[in-house]
Amino acid sequence: MDDLYYILPEIVLVVTAVGILAADFVLPEDSKPNLAWPAALGTVVALGLVISFWGTERSLYNGTLRIDDYAVFFKVMFLVIGFFVLIGSPAFARRNLRHTAEFYGLILFAVVGAMAVSSARELLTAYISLELVSFGFYALSAHAKDERRSNEAGAKYIILGAFSSALLLYGISLVFGAAGTTFYVDISAQAETAAGLGPGLLMGIALLVAGLGFKVAAVPFHMWTPDVYEGAPLPVTAFLSVGSKAAGFAFLIRLFVEGLQPVMADWRDALGILAILTMTLGNLVAMQQRNIKRLLAYSSIAQAGYVLVGVPVLTMGTAAGMMLHLAGYAVTNLGAFLVVIFYNNATGREKISEFRGMSRRSLPLALMLAICLFSLAGMPLFAGFVTKFYLFSAVAAHGLWWLVAFAIGNSIVSVYYYLVVVREMFVTPSDDDEEDRKPLRIPVHSAAALTALAGLVLWIGLYPDAIVRAAENGSRAIFGG
Amino acid sequence: MLVALVGLNLVAGFSMFALPERNRGAARFLALAAASVSLVLSVLVFALYDRSVGGFQFENQFTWLPSLGISFHVGVDGISAPMVLLTGVVIFTGVLVSWNIDRRTREYFALLFILVSGVFGVFAAMDLFFLFFFYEVAVLPMYLLIAIWGSTRRGYAAMKLVMYLLAGSILIWVGLLALYHAMGASSFDFVDMQQAGFDPVLARVVFPIFFVGFGVLAGLWPFHTWSPDGHVAAPTAVSMLHAGVLMKLGAYGIIRMGVQLLPSGAQDWLWFFLIIAVINVLYGAFSAMAQRDLKFVIGYSSVSHMGYVLMGIGSLTVIGLDGAVLQMFSHGIMTALLFAMVGVIYDRAHTREISEFGGLARVMPRFSILFIIAGLTSLGLPGLSGFAAEFLVFVGTFQTSPWLGVLGVVGVAVTAVYILRLIARVFFGPLNERWRDISDASRLETIAGVCLVGFLVLFGIYPPLMVGQIDSAVTPLIASLSP
Repeated sequence: MDDLYYILPEIVLVVTAVGILAADFVLPEDSKPNLAWPAALGTVVALGLVISFWGTERSLYNGTLRIDDYAVFFKVMFLVIGFFVLIGSPAFARRNLRHTAEFYGLILFAVVGAMAVSSARELLTAYISLELVSFGFYALSAHAKDERRSNEAGAKYIILGAFSSALLLYGISLVFGAAGTTFYVDISAQAETAAGLGPGLLMGIALLVAGLGFKVAAVPFHMWTPDVYEGAPLPVTAFLSVGSKAAGFAFLIRLFVEGLQPVMADWRDALGILAILTMTLGNLVAMQQRNIKRLLAYSSIAQAGYVLVGVPVLTMGTAAGMMLHLAGYAVTNLGAFLVVIFYNNATGREKISEFRGMSRRSLPLALMLAICLFSLAGMPLFAGFVTKFYLFSAVAAHGLWWLVAFAIGNSIVSVYYYLVVVREMFVTPSDDDEEDRKPLRIPVHSAAALTALAGLVLWIGLYPDAIVRAAENGSRAIFGG
Repeated sequence: MLVALVGLNLVAGFSMFALPERNRGAARFLALAAASVSLVLSVLVFALYDRSVGGFQFENQFTWLPSLGISFHVGVDGISAPMVLLTGVVIFTGVLVSWNIDRRTREYFALLFILVSGVFGVFAAMDLFFLFFFYEVAVLPMYLLIAIWGSTRRGYAAMKLVMYLLAGSILIWVGLLALYHAMGASSFDFVDMQQAGFDPVLARVVFPIFFVGFGVLAGLWPFHTWSPDGHVAAPTAVSMLHAGVLMKLGAYGIIRMGVQLLPSGAQDWLWFFLIIAVINVLYGAFSAMAQRDLKFVIGYSSVSHMGYVLMGIGSLTVIGLDGAVLQMFSHGIMTALLFAMVGVIYDRAHTREISEFGGLARVMPRFSILFIIAGLTSLGLPGLSGFAAEFLVFVGTFQTSPWLGVLGVVGVAVTAVYILRLIARVFFGPLNERWRDISDASRLETIAGVCLVGFLVLFGIYPPLMVGQIDSAVTPLIASLSP
């Protein structure tokens, strides 16, 4: 029964989600979008519970799950993400979606899955949790049923997603064949004694990397990203770009550190090259985009590349750096997407050139987007600078200068396309259309959500001590130090 | 006091956004207030710096990220105190000449003050993480300032400038991390790093990385091409700040992170960079001679004058470095004045073509006097601060390499040619009838100009006022070099 207490946050979310699905039957249609508020309340309650677990170290259910600072760090991140996605949804849902109760329910289930991933210390548990996330997203991407792009996105995503899941499963079975166990700790012990464990483990790891590469959108498994991001309803894209990616990394970091550490040295250069390819391709293609969603999709590929920089040399420092960068990226990207959602709600626009003159219509909104884009580009005052500096510095400590130089070079290249958006908002004059001059009105709760996210971005950028220590504690927990 | 300088400008910058959009007066008033306080504080920093004690003064330290050894640590020494003064003067006069900006006023001043807080931050930072941090803070607002309020080819120039400067910062970032990990990843603090004493081989590798990385911002040939384009496109106050102060950040970075942290690396590369510096001087001067646009002339002359700064640094002598820092100050004030005056004439005539003017001294006496004084400083007339600075640079260079010194002096001669020719064509000769009714510099513009001229004359007549202070930092530095 004690174990049950530690999964109480997940239980709260599941109960909330089921309650919302039940409310679907009784509520009148036009009040359903407001179900986002009870759903968000559920995440807040769960957040309070999760934070109370800070500092606990405890194995649950025969060691399949574990509560430690690493898990708590990621769970807090997923709950914060879920909270802001829910807050950002109602107005969009009212305009574009039917069956909004299901929509909120699925978001909550995906959050539960992601939270379980960060705790899982056993391959099948982790796999099933990750599938819970993915299935939520398959349905969510196709949720705008009247829109063809959304249907296309859902279809593409489920086909490629199923394929990647197959790869992942196949990898798991090979690892199981080689090591005789699916528990990370035992795999690690086996790998240490049997020095490599032969081709089975090698193939298994390759397939695991491919499967997880798909989830975090690493090159060459990134093809689905732009189409799905473009087609999915905006709040789903926001959620997908941070939630799904962070869940993939939560899986990957714990698996590699706790399970595969003894054989990681062989993979160092290959993973480094994967990281370089990912960020370079993401950045180069992002430059050519005309649609803000596709731009952010490619930028998220590049961001995945930056995080991957830490994988070739997994140590306490780099793992903390990766967690930190993911957290910074999550709040920043959410902020950017919330602005895009509000702008889209008010104007129905999503092309980059249609952001022209936005600063005249709503300076706060334009400023917020500019802050988020600069943070993504890794400029100081904002989160991205600190998190990148920490991560790259940790990698440099291991002498991987070529990797660090590529990463820094890439983040400078990325400034270009972020600046293009900023230029449209602030510099290029809007057409002399009556429509384009009207000031935008932001609802109070949206303004509050944006202020909160801007506050988080600036907090990480200006005084990161607390979150750095949290990430370091989390990293220490999986290294068992 | 230094914390106040950085914080005040940052807060002033961000609080501009809170002002009502229509109320331009409020934005201007806030800008003037912040700039005045900055000026007073920076004069105090310069005046109260105790040169007999030397070292870092006005120190403040706050923990920031202890796990990486980063703290918010500020302080100034004999090299950065003059730079703080320079920044204070330029921003104050910059606000005065920006008084007429009536398009998106509050956003303009907001970005301007964020930029200035970055500049103060670089000069005040004793923690190298924060030095780099503020360096980047200073670069970014530039893009919007040029792209929104600029002129000739502003979009292109703004993007080119940002990309060049950020490319330079890649090198700085890599070099900084290399040093940090070489000393066991314990601290980013300048004093700790200086005491660590780096391996000569590492120093040989990292010094050119810093030199080129910061050199991009200092207008180092052949990475200087962003600078004339950027200066020409930028609005007046931004040109003033950019040529006057930001290019100095580059030279300052070379001294602080290159020469002071890696003296042995500096000695290894000295001959090479001295040659580049001379190319800078000559290339800039000859390019300036070929320009027809007033602002391009000044833009290229900045490249040339920054060459003297690099020469002084490259000489690695006490006198040469004294001259380099004095030249940084003197050129900063002088260029700010020149750009301010070009702004004055462009506001009225809407052209900057040299050939379209003539005889302006008759219709715009105040403007002409200010412009001519700045021009004479530029060509090194004794009695103005440019002369003292260049003289010291040459003495230093002659001690190290007489031949390169001679080539440098040729640069002065070329400067004299293009400056005198420009003055002759614009201010004397027959008056172009188009400008018969043109109005002279306004009261605010004159105040700004006189304020700048005051500093040129003050440090021209009595350079020890500043050189003594620079000496207190440079002498121990040169003494620490291995013979």
